[in-house]
Amino acid sequence: MEKIIYMDNAATSWPKPEETIKAMAEYFHSIGASPGRSGHRLSLDAGRVVLDARESVSELFGIKSLLRVVFTKNATESLNIAIAGLLKPGDHVITSGMEHNSVMRPLRVMEESGVELSIIPCSLSGEMDPEDVGRHIKKNTRAIYLTHASNVTGTIMPIAETGKIAREKGVIFCVDAAQTAGVIPIDVEEMFIDILAFTGHKALFGPQGTGGLYMAEGLEKEICPIMTGGTGSRSESEEHPDFLPDKYEAGTANVIGIAGLNAGIRFVRSVGIESIRKKESELTAILVEGLRSIPEVTLYGCGDAKKQTSVVSFNISGMDCARVAMALDEEFNIMSRPGLQCAPAAHRTIGTFSAGAVRLSLGYFLEKDDIQAVLSAVEKLVQR
Amino acid sequence: MMDTKTCLVLLFDSASEALLAEKLFKRAGISYKIIPVPRHLSSDCGVCIRVFASDKERARETLDGRVDIRDICPID
Repeated sequence: MEKIIYMDNAATSWPKPEETIKAMAEYFHSIGASPGRSGHRLSLDAGRVVLDARESVSELFGIKSLLRVVFTKNATESLNIAIAGLLKPGDHVITSGMEHNSVMRPLRVMEESGVELSIIPCSLSGEMDPEDVGRHIKKNTRAIYLTHASNVTGTIMPIAETGKIAREKGVIFCVDAAQTAGVIPIDVEEMFIDILAFTGHKALFGPQGTGGLYMAEGLEKEICPIMTGGTGSRSESEEHPDFLPDKYEAGTANVIGIAGLNAGIRFVRSVGIESIRKKESELTAILVEGLRSIPEVTLYGCGDAKKQTSVVSFNISGMDCARVAMALDEEFNIMSRPGLQCAPAAHRTIGTFSAGAVRLSLGYFLEKDDIQAVLSAVEKLVQR
Repeated sequence: MMDTKTCLVLLFDSASEALLAEKLFKRAGISYKIIPVPRHLSSDCGVCIRVFASDKERARETLDGRVDIRDICPID
């Protein structure tokens, strides 16, 4: 098989650690049952798999009670619960000009039903001043929804600073950690995060179809579920349970996925977030420097590996980004993502709407040679 | 085997809570067994935890502030 250089880790990380694959196979081989339902030993074992995963998530994010970790199918589902489940007509909410559509689209839907939306403009490199958020808070401001890092430029947002402002003003602070969970340390207490949405299939090295939601104590009384149904608990009642995690976990859980997610989180913790971040930062710095030295290349974002995740977007002068991505794939075995990356707001901010850009997103399993291979491929492409 | 005549069952709102209680009992070294909820106690289809009656206070202290116990019932 030809060597693939996979640089689409901001969409889905790949390859996965062997541990993820093993844990999923082991669950399927030896357990396989529904958790929280039947009470036989395999059902209990399935429940233990899910509970262990809740514990791993709670330890990773500084969450005090592991029962406050809700599993969903991805960050999008978590954000939909946090948006559609919380907001009422007449509420005012704040978000940034760097958001993914997983935040923007549910907010736009709420806007149609009478929620007022303020979008904080960001700089050309995607940076936001937390004081701007403070200035937009009004009497009826219910919540602030903010990405931890842009999926287009990798720009890391001032989460703790914004969280502090939100806490002081009594506004709910919800963070979209899709791009950062597993690669940037997150502590919900220290960063004043009331709601955290994360996905399992990116830097946490779980499979697709896994993700989760944390909400601070008491918020479950204010946030409606977006789905109701069987939970295995209170079976005698046709009323949906009002306690965590069951309130937001209707239907049989994705236990095989959660088994893989738990193994992925354990991998992250055994390597260490700091080590993962250090390696990815070094690779990002080489990629940014290399691309910057090619005159035909326009680079987006802050261009400082310390202030961003390992997402690097660029364009080649006179070339459609989709053509660049196709050439990288077909001629150089490099997997990238062209276009708008589901984030039209971010592309408007950085001035690339609607042409888009080529996005290279690095991962822990890449090496310096891979970065050099990409740089030499781009150099060849600009000579055409 | 536990002597069921000297046992109690702890009821919880959900299987997640019962399994968390199990985890905490395991760490605390408390003997327990997870069993289906006896029908005369609840119509719920879930599970509960059986412990020795003599461990009642220890069990309660172990779960205090971490898992809510819905009810503690004698079992024959």
